[in-house]
Amino acid sequence: MVGDSASSDFQHRHLLGIEGLSPQEITALLDKSEQYVDQNRQADKKVDLLRGRTIINLFFENSTRTRTSFELAGKRLSADVINMSVAQSAIKKGETLIDTAMTLNAMHPDILVVRHGESGATQLLAEKVNCAVINAGDGSHEHPTQALLDALTIRRRRGNLEGLLIAICGDILHSRVARSNIHLLVTMGAQVRLVAPLTLLPSSVAQMGVEVFHDMKKGLQDCDIVMMLRLQNERMEGNFIPSIREYFLFFGLDYDKLSVAKPDALIMHPGPTNRGVEIDSVVADDFSRSVIREQVEMGVAVRMACLDILAQNLQEERLKKPLKALRFEKENT
Amino acid sequence: MNVTWTAAMPGDTVGKRAYVNARLLDPATGMDEMGALLTDGETISDVGPHLFTGGSPEDIPTIDCNGYCLAPGLVDIRVQIREPGEEHKGTIESAGRSATAGGITTMVCLPNTNPVIEDMSVVEFVARRARLIGLSKIYPYAAVTKGLGGKDLTEMGVLSQAGAVAFTDGERVIADAQVLRRALTYARTFDLLIIQHPEEPSLATGVMNAGEMATRLGLSGIPPIAETIMVERDIRLVELTGGRLHFAHVSTAEAIDAIRKAKVKGLQVTCDTAPPYFALNETSVGEYRTFAKLSPPLRGEEDRQAVVEAIRDGTIDVIASDHAPQDEDSKRLPFSEAAYGGVGLETLLSVTLELYHNGHMSLLDALAKVTCAPADLLDLQAGRLQAGGRADFTLFDPGRGWQVHADDLASKAKNTPFDGRPVQGMVLRTVIDGRTVYRVDV
Repeated sequence: MVGDSASSDFQHRHLLGIEGLSPQEITALLDKSEQYVDQNRQADKKVDLLRGRTIINLFFENSTRTRTSFELAGKRLSADVINMSVAQSAIKKGETLIDTAMTLNAMHPDILVVRHGESGATQLLAEKVNCAVINAGDGSHEHPTQALLDALTIRRRRGNLEGLLIAICGDILHSRVARSNIHLLVTMGAQVRLVAPLTLLPSSVAQMGVEVFHDMKKGLQDCDIVMMLRLQNERMEGNFIPSIREYFLFFGLDYDKLSVAKPDALIMHPGPTNRGVEIDSVVADDFSRSVIREQVEMGVAVRMACLDILAQNLQEERLKKPLKALRFEKENT
Repeated sequence: MNVTWTAAMPGDTVGKRAYVNARLLDPATGMDEMGALLTDGETISDVGPHLFTGGSPEDIPTIDCNGYCLAPGLVDIRVQIREPGEEHKGTIESAGRSATAGGITTMVCLPNTNPVIEDMSVVEFVARRARLIGLSKIYPYAAVTKGLGGKDLTEMGVLSQAGAVAFTDGERVIADAQVLRRALTYARTFDLLIIQHPEEPSLATGVMNAGEMATRLGLSGIPPIAETIMVERDIRLVELTGGRLHFAHVSTAEAIDAIRKAKVKGLQVTCDTAPPYFALNETSVGEYRTFAKLSPPLRGEEDRQAVVEAIRDGTIDVIASDHAPQDEDSKRLPFSEAAYGGVGLETLLSVTLELYHNGHMSLLDALAKVTCAPADLLDLQAGRLQAGGRADFTLFDPGRGWQVHADDLASKAKNTPFDGRPVQGMVLRTVIDGRTVYRVDV
């Protein structure tokens, strides 16, 4: 039931990444999300759950869909949502990340949703504030709500994650989505394959419990799920691939390469898609296979669930130990 | 002595031909026996000592080899053709005439043409022109970096599908470590080979080998460590990336040592050298002979001996001609201003046979370096006397002496560093796809 006050299996103050979460914790987040999927399909999508709470969407990197998704999630839970993007922030005036964090902390927000271009920046910020922090993407490190919404999409279509053969294809090197998905899917017992040119694979990635391929047709063989990643041109410092043409020819998803996957294999993409780069337009638009739009829908539900659970956890923590004044304390102290 | 070339046109029909009374030499199988070879159309249908033991066949045109050596056509993996772009220095036809006169039936050409071989159309142009001219077969390398600029990778996947057999920036070194790292990594995606000209450019600013000779001549020197440093660095990159790297024309003892150790470690590293580096040393520069201005430069005697030893012990996998035609305007200049490079197609076999005549290695082992070894390196269907294989072979007299005269070379460019050298071993006939394209009537 939405707004259920019983504490869940997820007992952390922050959601900074998927790495280290247990299957029970992930399942708790997904179960809660499931409730919000139904709510979001009703005419009245709003509940009073987070009334009076303040959420700040702190985006140091441009984003439209993730920010909108979080904003909508907060508003549907009746929280007060503020969007701060880097273009307007004090960072431009030379303030450090930690100064920004402490300034915002002084305004008593309940949840900070943070996206930053540098890996680890969200964690650094989380160490300095009293509120809950959700990582909305840090550099090439993690993007936990994306992995959760992908998992929810798969779970609703296939019933379960365990035992599925899932290929993650494309620019793994620069992708936080890939890392979060690898952690989540491996933890939940799926069999994960990575398919990419070797220049776009980080070193020693096989030690994360995945199988590595650099031939699409071998990598997609018999897969249940094909997850495409966006070629991140903005993170391409130097020469990782010779040309878009060659990339599409060998690593772009088209019907020919898809033909070796299971006949009912689902196609996923975190968006925004580069049509004709990592995915053929007709494949992306094939709604018998592509669940790209469904992923976006699940995104709002997952973010509502995360906000809900973290707000509850914060409340319980504050009941146990009331916040007196501005004091910087470490988590779990 | 009457020399003739006959271009082989794909439309020409060829029936059966019997080559009898030949000393069959096939380094791939170790065969060295008297016997015969039978071609049918463009392929070898049978070969060995068992053929025609009852005498020459009556119903098949027969060529008596007079006991001379019949070996696989040579495979030369380092040739600069100059076409397209610098046809005044060399053309596909000129290279084809020169190659077949040297017993070479397959050439692999560097991408430093104009335009550079870095897109499918140039790859196909070279292959098509070679077929039309009907002399030696030509396979192209494609560039590793766009415009041979050392920065942005070419479309190696597409180029490999179009027919590029491996990737190299030709005479240019891939100097930037990050670029070579990415090239090796990207190439491994498709299991492609990268070929490096190993020379640290900041040290290779001179015009000949650094040492006493350069000092006396007042010429700026290139120290041998220019090669060693690049080879050692690149081996580290191979270790990091798991890629496959081939070093072209190694010329120094220390670089060879580094390669020897890398091979022991199991790294995918190979190398070749060219005849000047085991047959000549820096003294050939003499009084500013620009035909002896090569890149890398001719080294000292100790390095030359180390090259011979490395060919013998297998550290050097392949011998390639490093054919680099230059016109007179590029060579008739003060030494420092003259162009680098020498032609080498017609002397590849004879100078390689010096290793045999001088007792360094067996005839079969010497031939392996210019036949099956280069074919295996690039995975070419060549370099073997094998039933069912293409009928590409050469007939030569290993003992016949001749003197290299630059002006007599079939090649359009005459810049041989071996000008005036007496050599042993003469090609009498070259057969490509079952057709005699070159013959000498003695």
